[in-house]
Amino acid sequence: MPFPAGDTLLILPELFLTAAALVVLIWATAVSREGERGLAYFSVASLAVTGLLLFVSARMGGALPRSGFGRMFVMDRFGLYFKAILILVTIVIILFSLRFVGAATYPGGEYYGLLLFATVGMLFMVSGTNLASIIVALELMALSQYVLAGYFKRETKSLEAAAKYFVLGAFSSGVLLYGVSLVYGAAGTLSLAGIATAFAVKDPPVFLVVGVILVACGMFFKIASAPFHVWAPDVYEGAPTPISAFFAVGPKLAAYAIFARIFFVGFGPLAGDWTAIVAASAALTMIVGNAGALMQTNVKRLLGYSSIAHAGYALLGLLAYGDGSGIGLWSILVYLLAYAFMNLGAFGLVILLEAKGYAGESVDDFNGLAKKNPWLAAAMLVFLLSLAGIPPTAGFVGKYFLFSAAMKAGYFWLTLLAVLMSAVSLFYYFRIARAMYLVDGEGTVHWREEPAVTAAIALCAAGTLAMGILPGPFVQFARTCLLPFGP
Amino acid sequence: MNGLLSLLIFLPVVGTLVVLFVPREKPSVIRWVTTLFAGAEFLVSLPLWTFAGFRRSGDFFFRETHDWIPSLGAKYSLGVDGISALLILLTTLLSFISVYASFTAITKREKEYYVFLLLLETGMVGVFCALDFFLFYVFWEVMLVPMYFLIGIWGGPRRLYAAIKFFLYTLAGSVVMLLAIIALYFFNTSGFLGWKGLGNPATFDIVHFQSIASQIPPDLQLWLFWAFFLGFAIKVPMFPFHTWLPDAHVEAPTAGSVILAGVLLKMGTYGFLRFSLPLCPDALASNARFLGLTSVGWVAALSIVGIIYGSMVAMVQKDMKKLVAYSSVAHLGFVMLGLFALNNAGIQGGILQSINHGLSTGGLFLLVGIIYERTHTRLIADYGGLSGVMPVYAMLFMIILLASIGLPLLNGFVGEFTILIGAFLADWRWAAWASLGVILGAAYMLWLYQRVFFGEMTNEKNKGLKDVNLREILTLAPLIVMCFWIGLYPKPFFEMTAKSAEKIVAAVSAPNARRLAREAAPRLASATAPVPVAAPIPVVAVPEVK
Repeated sequence: MPFPAGDTLLILPELFLTAAALVVLIWATAVSREGERGLAYFSVASLAVTGLLLFVSARMGGALPRSGFGRMFVMDRFGLYFKAILILVTIVIILFSLRFVGAATYPGGEYYGLLLFATVGMLFMVSGTNLASIIVALELMALSQYVLAGYFKRETKSLEAAAKYFVLGAFSSGVLLYGVSLVYGAAGTLSLAGIATAFAVKDPPVFLVVGVILVACGMFFKIASAPFHVWAPDVYEGAPTPISAFFAVGPKLAAYAIFARIFFVGFGPLAGDWTAIVAASAALTMIVGNAGALMQTNVKRLLGYSSIAHAGYALLGLLAYGDGSGIGLWSILVYLLAYAFMNLGAFGLVILLEAKGYAGESVDDFNGLAKKNPWLAAAMLVFLLSLAGIPPTAGFVGKYFLFSAAMKAGYFWLTLLAVLMSAVSLFYYFRIARAMYLVDGEGTVHWREEPAVTAAIALCAAGTLAMGILPGPFVQFARTCLLPFGP
Repeated sequence: MNGLLSLLIFLPVVGTLVVLFVPREKPSVIRWVTTLFAGAEFLVSLPLWTFAGFRRSGDFFFRETHDWIPSLGAKYSLGVDGISALLILLTTLLSFISVYASFTAITKREKEYYVFLLLLETGMVGVFCALDFFLFYVFWEVMLVPMYFLIGIWGGPRRLYAAIKFFLYTLAGSVVMLLAIIALYFFNTSGFLGWKGLGNPATFDIVHFQSIASQIPPDLQLWLFWAFFLGFAIKVPMFPFHTWLPDAHVEAPTAGSVILAGVLLKMGTYGFLRFSLPLCPDALASNARFLGLTSVGWVAALSIVGIIYGSMVAMVQKDMKKLVAYSSVAHLGFVMLGLFALNNAGIQGGILQSINHGLSTGGLFLLVGIIYERTHTRLIADYGGLSGVMPVYAMLFMIILLASIGLPLLNGFVGEFTILIGAFLADWRWAAWASLGVILGAAYMLWLYQRVFFGEMTNEKNKGLKDVNLREILTLAPLIVMCFWIGLYPKPFFEMTAKSAEKIVAAVSAPNARRLAREAAPRLASATAPVPVAAPIPVVAVPEVK
């Protein structure tokens, strides 16, 4: 099927990044271990160019939203918002990886290539307006992730992470696909807009509701919410730490974007059927995530459980679907930006802490950090406060929006549970603060200074504080990036 | 005078930045820089005392408003009335004293210590200045972080436990308060759950919320009241939410205890005054009972239990600091009883007693700190006969202790007496129970004094104790002067809060007035007959003690 030439302009940034990823893969075969840094710098540069192209192609060629390729791909502000964050996230992850990959005993060429492929997948995903294009992009992202999780291919933990992730991920993809096939059977189309019009008129048949539930289950797996969360702590613990950071932020954000897009745009007319399931999952996720994190002594596992808990909070935003003010989606956008800043920052600290391989992931390794490096400790404190939702940090602003969205949507008990759980979360986040500031004596792990990582951490800390103290511009910007949706 | 409050809020932040750039090897420079900023802060706050507007009206003065989060309607909005002005003055005074009381007590990580102390001051002043609910909440929470570290780093042996307990307890209360704020916000705009909104533009303006209080449906008010109650009662702390307090007080360093008792607890009572009473008048006037008591009845009952339970537990303490901590529970019970008498005398007495408690309990913690620095024990059993070796210390201790008991001529008497009048007017049984607390208060305090200062010197180590030095006298002097001032001539303090208290009383008696008007309407057939517009407000002569 021929497409107009203008469509190519729409996906120019993604095309460029795909080409860059291929270049990295080919270049990787010719480069020495020492030259791998060049690959990393090239990847960062091509991501930056992608961002620029994104800006250019959004500005050129008429008003947004513009769709192409038979309405499979759309360029709208919602998608652009996520794309901008995702590109930034990948850049930060590469900065985190520089020393980490350099010190590892495995060649780093494919590592950067796969990161870029995963990013391409995410960029296509958040722009998909057809279940087919969304799933293809999702699989591109997921397959790159499976390989990245097992990147330390002779470490048992890494292999375990990859195997678990692959088996469960493939299973969830199957569930998702089966749900999509049921939806297709009922609607006769895979286009989200088409599904919405097909369901707006007639009573939904039961198998359609089953299909929607199965799609929701697939989404729950991707964002690691209960009862499909069990993979997350193991994978985060086993994967190389920069990859854990990537998993905790990048693919999760992209999954949220399509979750919102599929359910708000496509399944909007069925909101009465899916909100109950989302509410149940949100409640369970908040409890399981926070309860699981309470007892963790491994920082990566702790952050894994914490990201489960945060997935639960973020689900609250989806519940406010029916509210005409758009507060639900708006709150998710604000929250996910905050989430990206604070989680990347916290993982950055863990990366600095790791002398080599898996050494030094326990909370005790943070002992006395405030004395050794007060600035890094202060940055970590900002991230922890933000994760716990204490003002004046981005996390508080994000949570405030989510909680008020849920309250507005009439989920009082769920909001009450959410605020209480967020008070509980302070307990485990502050075990790290306690180790840094309160505990005398020093951790056994040697801290390695790494300018790239420190710079990325500083960026995240600045973002977390700026968004917390002066949330106005961020919030206002997010408000312009909503989807056309609603009853 | 515009910008005074912003200056008050951000001056300590500037101080923090300056301290951060002093090398940590020079602790004395850090100490003096902090003292300078805390002293300047106190001086800057003095115009709040001389400002005459508070004595003329209960409005908010020194207003500042800037846009902050336009899409939410949250503003950077500040303003103070007589009540908050008095509490700010208490805050700046106690912070200043705490800084120079820490000179010898803090010997490790001085730089961080003074940074946290200054940040804490910013949070506290911010809470009392904020006229925007969102801003209020931000300051309310921000302040927890430095306090956590003050207890956790420089505290006693169980500091790790005490610090996180303090943080979690207060946080649990304040997140529930956040829900109430969100509810109020949506009620004012588009409505939520079953409640139809008022359709006003989105705002967090506290003054605006107070003005729509009569439009809030009584059932929503009841929810709001108990949600606020949880947030503020934990902070006060009221029985049975007090269990964090003894731990936090005992483990905190002296300055931390002074600020905790002097200012942080007052945020709870301030919250009741500023939000619970004016925003939920129908909840207070409601006759709905739970287990035989109305909402006000419950709060009063918990206050009385707090007074008596706190006193009795204080009686059996072996540790001086713990004794003072439990006495705080009792004193704050008095304050809460006064506020929930819902009349002029009670509220004015409650405010004054908040200040008094800050002065006398702050003083007691300083005194315990002074002796602890010398002997490193706070156990009452380790002392006895101290008045022989430390006569000046014994005398200072006696004055503050009597102030705390409520001896006439000293501040505690004025506060407690006014509260008792208010309580008596509300329900004579409240006053009867509360006066039992006065007696118990005298009992545990005097018994403490007897065991520590009189009798034989049983502990050999105490024989060579040095009496208080000049710096220590200077830390206590302002408090003692204030105790006498309020005790002898409380008029300026009452005047400062009178108008605001009247406003609060008018707000809480509005529902009763409306009910009276409704009941009277059918009987008043004649159109000319006057409709009662306000419930009779008991006018109480403020006790003049010469």
